[in-house]
Amino acid sequence: MSEQRKKVLEVKNVVMDFDVNGKGFFSKGHKLRALNDISFELYQGEALAVVGESGCGKSTICRTAMRFYKPTYGEILHEGKNIHKLKGEGLKYYRQKVQMIFQDPFSSLNPLHNIYYHLKRPLQLYHPCSKAEMKEKMDEYLTMVGLVPPEEQGNKNPHQLSGGQRQRAYLARILAVGAEVILADEPTSMLDVSIRLGVLNLMNRLKTEYGKSFLYITHDIATARYFADRIIVLYAGHMVEWGEVNEVVLHPRHPYTKLLLAAAPDPEREGEVELPVVRSQETEITMWTPESKGCPFANRCPHATSRCHEEMPSVHKVSENQFIRCFHTEKENANESRTKL
Amino acid sequence: MNEVLKVEDLCVDYITENGGYVRAVDHVSFIIKEGQSLGLAGESGCGKSTIAYSLMGLHRPPALISNGRIFLNGRDILSLPQKELRAVRWSEVSMVFQSAMNCLNPVVTLEKQFFEIYKYHHITKNRAEARERAIKLLNLVGIPAERITDYPHQLSGGMRQRAIIAMALALNPKLLILDEPTTALDTVVQREILKQIFDLKNQLGFSILFITHDISLMMEFCDEVAIMYAGKIVEQADCKTILHRPNHPYTYGLKQSFPSLRGEIHYMEGIPGVPLDLKHIPQGCRFQARCNKITCICKEKEPVRSNTDSGFYFCHNPLKYEEEQK
Repeated sequence: MSEQRKKVLEVKNVVMDFDVNGKGFFSKGHKLRALNDISFELYQGEALAVVGESGCGKSTICRTAMRFYKPTYGEILHEGKNIHKLKGEGLKYYRQKVQMIFQDPFSSLNPLHNIYYHLKRPLQLYHPCSKAEMKEKMDEYLTMVGLVPPEEQGNKNPHQLSGGQRQRAYLARILAVGAEVILADEPTSMLDVSIRLGVLNLMNRLKTEYGKSFLYITHDIATARYFADRIIVLYAGHMVEWGEVNEVVLHPRHPYTKLLLAAAPDPEREGEVELPVVRSQETEITMWTPESKGCPFANRCPHATSRCHEEMPSVHKVSENQFIRCFHTEKENANESRTKL
Repeated sequence: MNEVLKVEDLCVDYITENGGYVRAVDHVSFIIKEGQSLGLAGESGCGKSTIAYSLMGLHRPPALISNGRIFLNGRDILSLPQKELRAVRWSEVSMVFQSAMNCLNPVVTLEKQFFEIYKYHHITKNRAEARERAIKLLNLVGIPAERITDYPHQLSGGMRQRAIIAMALALNPKLLILDEPTTALDTVVQREILKQIFDLKNQLGFSILFITHDISLMMEFCDEVAIMYAGKIVEQADCKTILHRPNHPYTYGLKQSFPSLRGEIHYMEGIPGVPLDLKHIPQGCRFQARCNKITCICKEKEPVRSNTDSGFYFCHNPLKYEEEQK
């Protein structure tokens, strides 16, 4: 099945360096490596979740794919073309097909215009048609995202809508553009808890019924499991574990994934949890520079050995649809195969 | 056990432009006993932060307490003059605010900020002694002593939050109010900090009022949970009951809004509709527009309080469990 599916976005070994301070004449420049060796594919009709702490580079992936930044090394391909080399018509086509939905629904819509205006602009630009047709299309999109009756909702200004409704209106705008890939950067984290699931369910419907692809960026591993098909766990700009969402969430192998899952709130858990992490004063995320070496998680990892501080672990497969970057499972795997022999 | 906090029939109104008012907190009563932790959960705009502010007497116009009484250690907070109120704040009840990281003064070192607390509450005017006390507190929350000379910007978000908690505990308050203390933090740091606070609670014996919208987090930490909707507490019970046998459909809906990390994934509804606009309160039950168990009586009469083993709820058609099991 996976060979049949269309690859819509392909990220190949992307490295993203940022200059931090020292842009002056005398001061020495420092570099911060926000993303290191990121590679993944996004297929049509699939949701891929990226989870991690703040500052781990989740949003940088999104922004690089939106061409806000040009990656230092590596490339991002859309339908086989490098998106950072697109020009003219090609670029316009890319902008149509790949759209982003933001975290803050309160500042992503123009407060001076009503919802119909937000839908009319992309239609005029990308799908010119007669007035009556346009009205019909706009109403169709509004109904699709659950803003009913469209006549009434479309004439409202953004301030008359609640957060969830605005996020729906924004999704309608993305549909009007004709996007096939939607980069969702924490689309539900600013919404009320009772509203969140409605927006997630809507995104789920767009995925299954209309074949849209989602890159779902979040820090909430529970909603990632609910909505996504595959998941990437990001730590300090490195993909530390990725694969089928249920494999990763139910059978985590990387110490960081285990830590994230232990920290996630779960009322059904009995007793107290001991976080599997090295207690240190600086428990925040490690800053990664091009000169850093070793495993990014080594400082906080309870199983870290001297090798972890020296060498970057390579990627290996731990099960059918699960990959990991860690030395310890390498050993476990070797042991397992030995016992099998 | 002593009652640390007793809120009786509290109403808080926000005066609006045209002489009307919006009742943000509507006849709320609850009790927190010594060493107990109560969680207050609800969506944004349901009045949970308004309650927190009025408990400290920090509400400012247009907010107005129109009814009810608040007893802190037996003293009526609302009748105290400003001067005495200032003495009560921080020494008997302290609060960790939502964006606590921004509560620190950016141009003053931690050491001096601690000194100011001690100075204004007449504990000590000796800098060396204040420093010693501050270091003890910082150790308690896991900040090394040498960081006391740092400015807030030199600390990470989690550490700033810890520093604020240390300050909140500076005068051994009887009650600590946590108003969404960890919403801006990552899950790992969030759990570490909450664990620390609740460990300290057991160690020092203060009570906690924990306000959040994350009901799953709350159920893991608190003894008792009160669920608020549109200015009213609609259900209150101990954690286990809320988790396994909630009576109010809203509680059930809130619980259904958090996907689980284990078991099968199944379709979850959340709660349809939008939170109630307090300017237009309908006749009858406030949850009627979003409720899936609505009947005629819900639109006519406001539900009355029904007591249960461990708490109470306000609903005409509570969820039933015996039937489901069959």
